[in-house]
Formats: sequence, C-alpha cells, structure tokens
Amino acid sequence: MKVPAPLVRLWHRLGSPRWFFETTAPWLPWLLGFGVVLLGAGAFWGLALAPADYLQGNSFRIIYVHVPAAILAQSCYMLMGTCGVVLLVWRMKLADMVLEAAAPIGASFTALALVTGAVWGKPTWGTWWAWDARVTSMLILLFLYLGIIGLRQALARPEAAGRACAILAIVGLVNIPIIKYSVDWWLTLHQPSTFKLTEKPAMPPSMWIPLLLSVLGFYALFIWSVLQSTRVVVLERERRTAWVQNFAAEQGSKA
Amino acid sequence: MKIPGLFWGQFRRDGALALRQPGELANPLAFFVLVITLFPLGVSPESAVLAPLAAGVLWIAALLSTLLGLEGLFRRDRDEGTLEQLVLHGEPLVLAVLARLLVHWLGTGLPLTLLAPVLGAMLALPEEARWPVTAGLALGTPILVLLGGVGAALTVSLRSGGVLLALLVLPLFIPVLILGVSVAELAVAGLPTAPVLAWLGAGAALALVTAPFAIAGALSIAVETG
Repeated sequence: MKVPAPLVRLWHRLGSPRWFFETTAPWLPWLLGFGVVLLGAGAFWGLALAPADYLQGNSFRIIYVHVPAAILAQSCYMLMGTCGVVLLVWRMKLADMVLEAAAPIGASFTALALVTGAVWGKPTWGTWWAWDARVTSMLILLFLYLGIIGLRQALARPEAAGRACAILAIVGLVNIPIIKYSVDWWLTLHQPSTFKLTEKPAMPPSMWIPLLLSVLGFYALFIWSVLQSTRVVVLERERRTAWVQNFAAEQGSKA
Repeated sequence: MKIPGLFWGQFRRDGALALRQPGELANPLAFFVLVITLFPLGVSPESAVLAPLAAGVLWIAALLSTLLGLEGLFRRDRDEGTLEQLVLHGEPLVLAVLARLLVHWLGTGLPLTLLAPVLGAMLALPEEARWPVTAGLALGTPILVLLGGVGAALTVSLRSGGVLLALLVLPLFIPVLILGVSVAELAVAGLPTAPVLAWLGAGAALALVTAPFAIAGALSIAVETG
C-alpha cells in the first residue's frame, strides 16, 4: 500500500518537537475560543432553554457536564495507548511528550465524570454511590491513569519512564474492553436492573443538540489543554537546545 | 532445537535457586493463610455469615499474596547482574521470562490452589462450590502471575516499588477476580460453571502469549536505561 506523500512528510515532521511547538502556537487561541463558545452555548441552551426531563426534572441537566467528561476520559486513554504504540514502534519523542502531558488531564476528566455522576446519582438513584457497571469501570479507569502517572514519577530517567509508561498504557488499552465486559457481566449476574438509568428515552433535539455542543466544546478544550501542556513538556525536555534558549531569551526580553 | 534447552536451563537454575530459599517460597503462602484467618476473626465465625463470603475471601487473599510475591520476581536477578546478561546474550528473553514465571507460579500459585479446598472448608465454602473454585484458582493464578509480571518488570529498577506495583497490577486483576468469584456463585445456584472456567482458561491462554513479550520489553528498558 502506498502512503500519500503529504502524510509521510507530516509523519517525519512530527519527529521534531520544535516543528510541533512552532506549528501549534497559532492554533491555541482558536481552540480555546471554539471551546469556550461551544461550551458556553451548550451550557446556556442546556441549562436555561432545554425542557426539564419528565422523570428526572431539572436534575438531568448535569448530563451536559457528565457525559462529555466521561467521553473525554475514555478518548484520552485511547490517545495515550496510541501514543504508546507510536513511541515503542517508531521511537517518536513527541509521542512520549503527549503521553506525559495527557495522563493528568485524562485522570481529571475521569474524576470529574465520577464526581458529577455521584451528584447526579443522589437525586435519581437515591444514593451517592452505587456499584453500577459503568461507575465501576470508570473507577478502574481512574486507577489505570493513576498507575501511569505514578510510574512516570517514580522512574527518574525520562527515557526509561516514557517507554515504561508506553508499555503500561498499551497493556491497559488491551485490558479496558476486558475489564468493561467483565464488570458489565458481573452486574447482570448480581443485581438485574435494580439501578437502571430510566431507560434512556430517545431525547428530543432540544435536549441532545446542546449535549452535542458541549461534547464538541469539551473536545476543543481537551485538545487545547493537551497541546498546551505538551508544549510545556517540549520546552522542559529540550531546554538545552539552542532554539528553546533563543525562545526563552525572546520571551524574557518581551516581559 | 535450541529453544527447549534455553527454557529448561533457565527453569532448572531458577528452580534450584527457589528451592534453596524455602523461606521465601513459604512467605506468600503463610500470608495467604493468615489473611484468610483474619476474616472469621474480623467478620464473624458463624458459618451462615462466612459461607457467602468464602469464595471472595479466598480470591482476594490469593490476589494479595500473589502481589506480595511479585516484588521479588526479577529483583534479585537485576541486583546481581543476571538480568543484564539475559538481556545482552542475544537469545530470546521471552524464554527466560517464561521459565522464571513458571517457577514462580509453581512456588506460589500452585500450592495456593492446592490449599484452597482445605481453607474453603474452614471458611464454610458450600461443598458444591469447592472444586469449581479450586479449578478457577488453578486457571486464574497463572493469569495473575503473568499480568503481575508486567508490573514487576516495569518497577524492577525502583528501590521501593511495592505500593506502586499494587496500583499498577490490582486494576488489571479485577476481571480475574470477577470471573473467579462468579464460578462459586454459579456452583451454589446449581448452574453449570464450565463456561466461566472456559473464559478463565481463555484469559490464561491470552495472557500466556502476550504478557511475556511485554515483560521482556519492560526488562530490556530497565537494563538499557540503568
């Protein structure tokens, strides 16, 4: 199979952290702007304009934070697993930097999904915490994130830490579906439908369009924050190179 | 032709080393028995209370005692330089890893499985669940050793990697725990346990063909980067 030339060129350029740093700089304000506008619109529409749910009343409105956070928590782990493969196969430095930058962000989204889920659970399920299948797999996902962060902090040498975290991310990625299915299956074995989110009624557009907006807004903000913290990692790791020192000198003279 | 020789050579070496330190072999087992003893003391000695908990207690104790044994899995080989030679000598590291894990399982997972029927009886595990749970442990403990080996290899260069190791591997153990405990529930309910045991067997086969490569990769990283 022939890979198109522009893709090959992009792939080679990704090998250079400097190219990444300089190329992504102009994207940042756009991503931030899109994120804030989409999220603001989604939140306003969802909180103020969308009709209240006929069963859950106004408490369902937390969906506009909860669902995007949960989606992002999983997407972020996919991103990290992919970076792990790229790092181990092609030894691309940038993949390691993204892996490092994304882990705390993914962990925060997972924690946010769990906390908002608990807040939502109180009025609808009558309890802050239930050992529901999805809740449990999210909790395990949080542990997987914490493991990667802990391993990175424990290993002193960045190169060793990067490759070790890549292996762990890949092992985790293979295990996520297994964990998910085993937990789902365990739940159906234990307690058939004691807790089921009121069987999702097909939402009217006035409910799901704002949800779509806030999911997109979350994605934009997620990409923005991953880029932002990857850029910080790039500067830290490449601090001995001439271009970073020039950049620092420029920033210093501006300030 | 060379492969069996490599594997068995490593197996004999690790086996001899393990047998020379019977104390180290016995520790995880003693821990397993001790944790199980704590449950009747801490929860209740009534068999009506213990019976529904028994399979879960056996499995959690098995998880924890496997975890306890993992820290030393590659530590000594690394400290004395054997690991470096294994990585450097150019033959597949996977074979040495497999031999090491087999020795480790024979020393921890297997005796633990053999003890399970006795300890199960002490925990008032219902009789119809006794052999299914033992079979589950026989299939599940190799998965624990294989997955745990990945964590042990990733943390081999850390002085005190114990807590981190627990954080890395316990989430990965969860599916094994769920399947293992459900075997007992199915047996008590009078349902066939073979499908779940087959899942455990499939998990063991999957872990057997993938985990050694991850372990070998992690060990080479540890050696290459000091």
